[in-house]
Amino acid sequence: MNEHLLEVRNLAVSFDTYAGEVQAVRGIDFTLDAGETLAIVGESGCGKSVTVQTIMKLLPSPPSRIKSGSILYRGEELVTKSDKEMENYRGKEFSMVFQDSMTSLNPTMRVGNQLCEGIIKHQKVSHAKAKEIAIQMLRQVGLPNPEKCFRRYPHTLSGGMRQRVMIAIAIACNPQILFADEPTTALDVTMQAQILDLMNNLKKDLGTAIILITHDLGVVAQMADRISVMYAGKIVESGTADQIFYNPRHPYTWGLLGSMPSVADSARRAKSELFSIPGTPPDLFAPPAGCAFAARCRYCMGACQKLDAPEFQADDGHLVRCWLLDERAPHVTPPIGRHAALNSADEEGK
Amino acid sequence: MGKYILRRLIISLITIWLIATCSFFLLRLLPGNPFATDQLLPTEMVEQLMDYYGLNDPLWKQYLTFMQNLLHGNFGTSLKYAGQSVNGIIAEKFPISAQLGLQAYILSLPLGILFGILAARHRGKALDYSLVGFSVLGVSVPVFIIASLLQYIFAIKLEIFPVAQWKSFWHTILPTLTLSLGSIAGRTRTMRTLMLEVISEDYVKTAKAKGLSSPQIVWRHQIRNAIIPMIPNLGMEIVGILMGSFVVEQIFAIPGIGAYFVKSVTSLDYTMTLGLTVFFGVFVVGANFIIDLIYGLVDPRIRVVK
Repeated sequence: MNEHLLEVRNLAVSFDTYAGEVQAVRGIDFTLDAGETLAIVGESGCGKSVTVQTIMKLLPSPPSRIKSGSILYRGEELVTKSDKEMENYRGKEFSMVFQDSMTSLNPTMRVGNQLCEGIIKHQKVSHAKAKEIAIQMLRQVGLPNPEKCFRRYPHTLSGGMRQRVMIAIAIACNPQILFADEPTTALDVTMQAQILDLMNNLKKDLGTAIILITHDLGVVAQMADRISVMYAGKIVESGTADQIFYNPRHPYTWGLLGSMPSVADSARRAKSELFSIPGTPPDLFAPPAGCAFAARCRYCMGACQKLDAPEFQADDGHLVRCWLLDERAPHVTPPIGRHAALNSADEEGK
Repeated sequence: MGKYILRRLIISLITIWLIATCSFFLLRLLPGNPFATDQLLPTEMVEQLMDYYGLNDPLWKQYLTFMQNLLHGNFGTSLKYAGQSVNGIIAEKFPISAQLGLQAYILSLPLGILFGILAARHRGKALDYSLVGFSVLGVSVPVFIIASLLQYIFAIKLEIFPVAQWKSFWHTILPTLTLSLGSIAGRTRTMRTLMLEVISEDYVKTAKAKGLSSPQIVWRHQIRNAIIPMIPNLGMEIVGILMGSFVVEQIFAIPGIGAYFVKSVTSLDYTMTLGLTVFFGVFVVGANFIIDLIYGLVDPRIRVVK
């Protein structure tokens, strides 16, 4: 068996608060290979950000705590590494682009100096050399007039420019993995497209693997090789982008894909409402014993309430945590996806 | 930047004029006259003195004379210390008060910031609790109790420092400590809160994600941003230290200007009170002016607003 670049096994993360223990991540597994883009999708509070910040060990502890599991980077265990040891990984082996570029840059420090810090730390070069690299980096992320940009303060840059600076900081030391935590959420649509293009190009040029966190399936479709769908601290479905988009098997994924507005849809059903999944996610102070999605699921069965579903293999590399895939379960036609497309084509033909 | 400075300068001048005018008229609202307390003087002599100092002139005329003198930097002569000009008294006594205040300020500024940073870095641990405890005490215990305690411990029991008086640097240490303690305590609390706020900022997470070490993050990213909201208070704290120094000077028998100020008010020494009020007003306004300039230097976001 070949070694993965990153291998997360049974990872569980909790936050100890005054109100009790919040089980933010409840045992997840995934792998990432070199040069690959993995998208983690799910609604707010499902544990996406906690997962990646745990891998980089950015979360303050306490209150956060890794309850169990292992994070293997090139076969090395990260869970047991100290904060000091992690410094050599952060920024060098993996780095991160955050959602809000306004607050993610230090307002009192020139952009260039913020960029140089990491370069000096990891590449052990002089300040002058670091500046040279930094300017080259700013040019690479498509900032006009990089020499001038180097001396500017973050508040004088636009949102898109700041996000480019963030990406420059992230890729400055040529990391193996780039974590992008909703990198385009705070940007307008044209900027989003530019930033995604930039990230795709960098991935091609540098061979960086990307873990993309988002709830925007449009972004996922543009970027991802593989997708993991997270719900209430667990990965409920994972597979290649094609498997998830064209043959989704988990009712939650159906709901997610169904709630995506599409131009074709709105033209066809002019006055139809946007679909949304009824109900709210479960309380992670006391997660339900059965499937976390059971309470909101149209196809919920008796077993779902009592016992969480194991992972079923739907296809090669396509894993689904849902009792519907059990051989004893009734056959259900998914409301969307390939089947839905076929159905609607049939209807139109009639 | 030039425009910014000019605007601040004009505002400062208006403030000083307001201070001078308000205190001039408010003082005259007090009942009695400067010579009424000296029981031995016959009425005719009081009248003569009032005439001599121009106090029988119409108020507007007195105000104009006062303002005219003020523009020349002349505060007039004291009504109580015969023959001594207020300027002369300030020149003689203020350096002593200034030295005390400055020493206390210089001591409390870095110490308060340092303690605040330490407390925040060790949040929830013993060091944090003891520093917070210290700062609560420092803020709430009045100066004269701290002074007596320090005198008792260091002067009487341990005999390290002299109990009182102002002769050598050695004499200045206890008063300086007394005066700065409250200031240190207050600043520790503020700095701790500000640091804790900054710790949860996104850019600190970015810095950590770059792989910077903890001291690097604190030094380069947290402290500067944490200090910014504190800068405007630094000017006001000068006032606090000045006021505190009046009491401390009393306790340690320091021949500073504080005693003159207090005495001049109770004895209705108009020129002295006015002179000192305006002098301290200029001092405080000037300090705030400088602080505003520093604020612009530290925070680039302010610098752009010209």
